[in-house]
Formats: sequence, structure tokens, C-alpha cells
Amino acid sequence: MAVMKKSGDKKEVPAISTASLPDVIFMILFFFMVSTTMREQEVMVRYKLPQATEVAKLEKKSLVSTINIGVPASHMQAQYGTAPRIQLNDSFKSARDIGDFIGAERDQLNEADRAQMTISIKADQYTKMGIITDVKQELRRANALKISYAALEGEGY
Amino acid sequence: MGNNRKTPEVRADSQADIAFLLLIFFLVATTMNSDKGLSRVLPPLPPEDVKVEDQKIKDRNVLLVFVNAAGQIMAGDESMDIRGLKEKAKEFITNAADDENLPEKKDTEIELEDGSKWTYPVSEGVISLQTTRDTNYEVYIMVQNELARAFNEVRDNVAMNKFGSVFEELNEDQRNAVTKAVPLKISEAEPRQGAKK
Repeated sequence: MAVMKKSGDKKEVPAISTASLPDVIFMILFFFMVSTTMREQEVMVRYKLPQATEVAKLEKKSLVSTINIGVPASHMQAQYGTAPRIQLNDSFKSARDIGDFIGAERDQLNEADRAQMTISIKADQYTKMGIITDVKQELRRANALKISYAALEGEGY
Repeated sequence: MGNNRKTPEVRADSQADIAFLLLIFFLVATTMNSDKGLSRVLPPLPPEDVKVEDQKIKDRNVLLVFVNAAGQIMAGDESMDIRGLKEKAKEFITNAADDENLPEKKDTEIELEDGSKWTYPVSEGVISLQTTRDTNYEVYIMVQNELARAFNEVRDNVAMNKFGSVFEELNEDQRNAVTKAVPLKISEAEPRQGAKK
């Protein structure tokens, strides 16, 4: 009561209980464990994916191999330049190496799954089609015909 | 006699720190983005020892979509805005008025899940998408997207007429049937010969 309050009366504010803090943090933790996937490879190129409206989700992650195409990341430009490059696994390669890459990726899959293998092409939106066409021709040569052009879901024009 | 010694309570203060540590680990080591994209199937390369005879496709069955380096689009023989492309493609796929200049249709029997047959005039049309080596990937994806949208809308219409709901809500067998009735025929095959660098 205000009347009883004297000047100099030091009333202690009760400490905020932190007993439920671990529970809250665990909840956030579980959310992240469920909704994210492990990073598989370091992406060495910088890309901004194009936008599309008709995108479909890639179903089985284990059957998907990724080809990254774009300008090398800024800390690598001193070494690799600024022209768009193709990244396979953890290094920059040329289109000619795609056959070997597909072979290696295919060997890692079960025999039954090999026909289902999908190649996800993650290319920067400012890439020229020349490099993409080369990649596509190599994929056809390697008989990896199921592809997916990675794109962000957007509004459309 | 009675043992009065109490078990000391386990301290829970540090539990939050441990949980934080785990949380930060997962934040750093995982990624959020789920892979989404436009799925396509490339045509297989023709065997090298076999001479490819020029496949004779009638002119009326091909819609040539050409994208140049400046991002300009040509569909058929007219220059086109990206906004008009979908309607053009839909008109080409459906050929509702049986126009002589638009693709032929071939009555095809499609088996339904209950064993009955469904005869649908499947279009013979192929949309051929060509680019130069200098075309931007972004424009290419936009065009691919518009074409996919045209096909999806036609499929929705067919599904609505046949099964009474949109394509997305059909079961797998019905979806397969509609896919057979409206196959996604986008040919992005050979790079244009004349446009080689």
C-alpha cells in the first residue's frame, strides 16, 4: 500500500524464475532438428536462384545430386576469377567432368534406385544458357535424364 | 535408525546452457532450404552409330519458342511478351476449335482405375524451346515456367471435366490418366546449330 511506503524502503523485486528456460530452449531445438537438414557440401559459388511459380518439391533427398553453377564466392575470386563456374562436389570442374561425377554418384546408389536419380541444377539467374546447355548435353551423354532446375517459389511476373 | 540423509537435488541451472549449445550447433550445421524446382526429363542422346533420320514432324505439330540473348521471345512466328506466352501455349495444346494450323489430335484409349477405358483426343503437339548461348538463364526459367503453367492449367481443365476436381486433388491413378491425356511435351533438345559460338 502506497501509504505505508516510506522513502528509503528497499523492496526487493523477486528474481525471475529461469526454471522453464531449458524447456523453452529445448522446444526451439527440436523445431530446428525437425525442420532442417544437414548441410552436405560447402557451396563455393554465389547464386541467386530464379523464381518460378510451378515448382515441385524434390522428393527423396538421397537420390538427388546437385550441380552448382555460378560466380565463385568472393573469397575465392582471387584464385578462380569471376566467370561463372561449375561446382561438382567440393571443387570447380568443367563440363567435361560431369560424366565422371554422374558415374560416381550413381555408384553410391542402390541398383534399384539408380533410375530414379535426379540431378538438381542450381544455377545463378544471370548465368548464360551456353554453360547450362553444355551441362545438359553432358548429362544426356551420361544418361542422367531426370533433372530439376532449382528455383524459388515466387509470384510470377 | 531411519536414514535422514537427503539426496542433494540435481542442479538444473546449466541445463539451459547445454540446450543453447545444442541449438547453436544445429543452427550452424543445418540448412533450412528445401529443394524445389522445375522437374524435366531430358531426351536420351541418339546412339552415335545410328544415323538419325530427320524425324518428320508436321509443321502444325510444332510450336517453336525461341528466346534470344536480349530476352525477347518468339513463339510460332510472332514476337511475344512473356505474359502472352501462356495463352498461346494453351491454345496450341488444346486446339479447341480443331484448327488446321494447330496440332493434330489422336484418339487414345486410357485405362482408368476401375478398368474402364477413357478415350481422349491426345494432342500430338510438341513445344520446342530453343535459346542462344547468350540467353539469360532467368529468362529461360521464366519461359519454362510459363509453359509448365499452360500445361498445368490444361490438365486442371481436363481433370475438372473428367473427375470433377483439380489435378492436385486427384488420386495417383487419376493423375496418371490425366498426365497421359495431356503429356508434358516440351522439347529442349538440341542446341540450335546455327547459333553456335
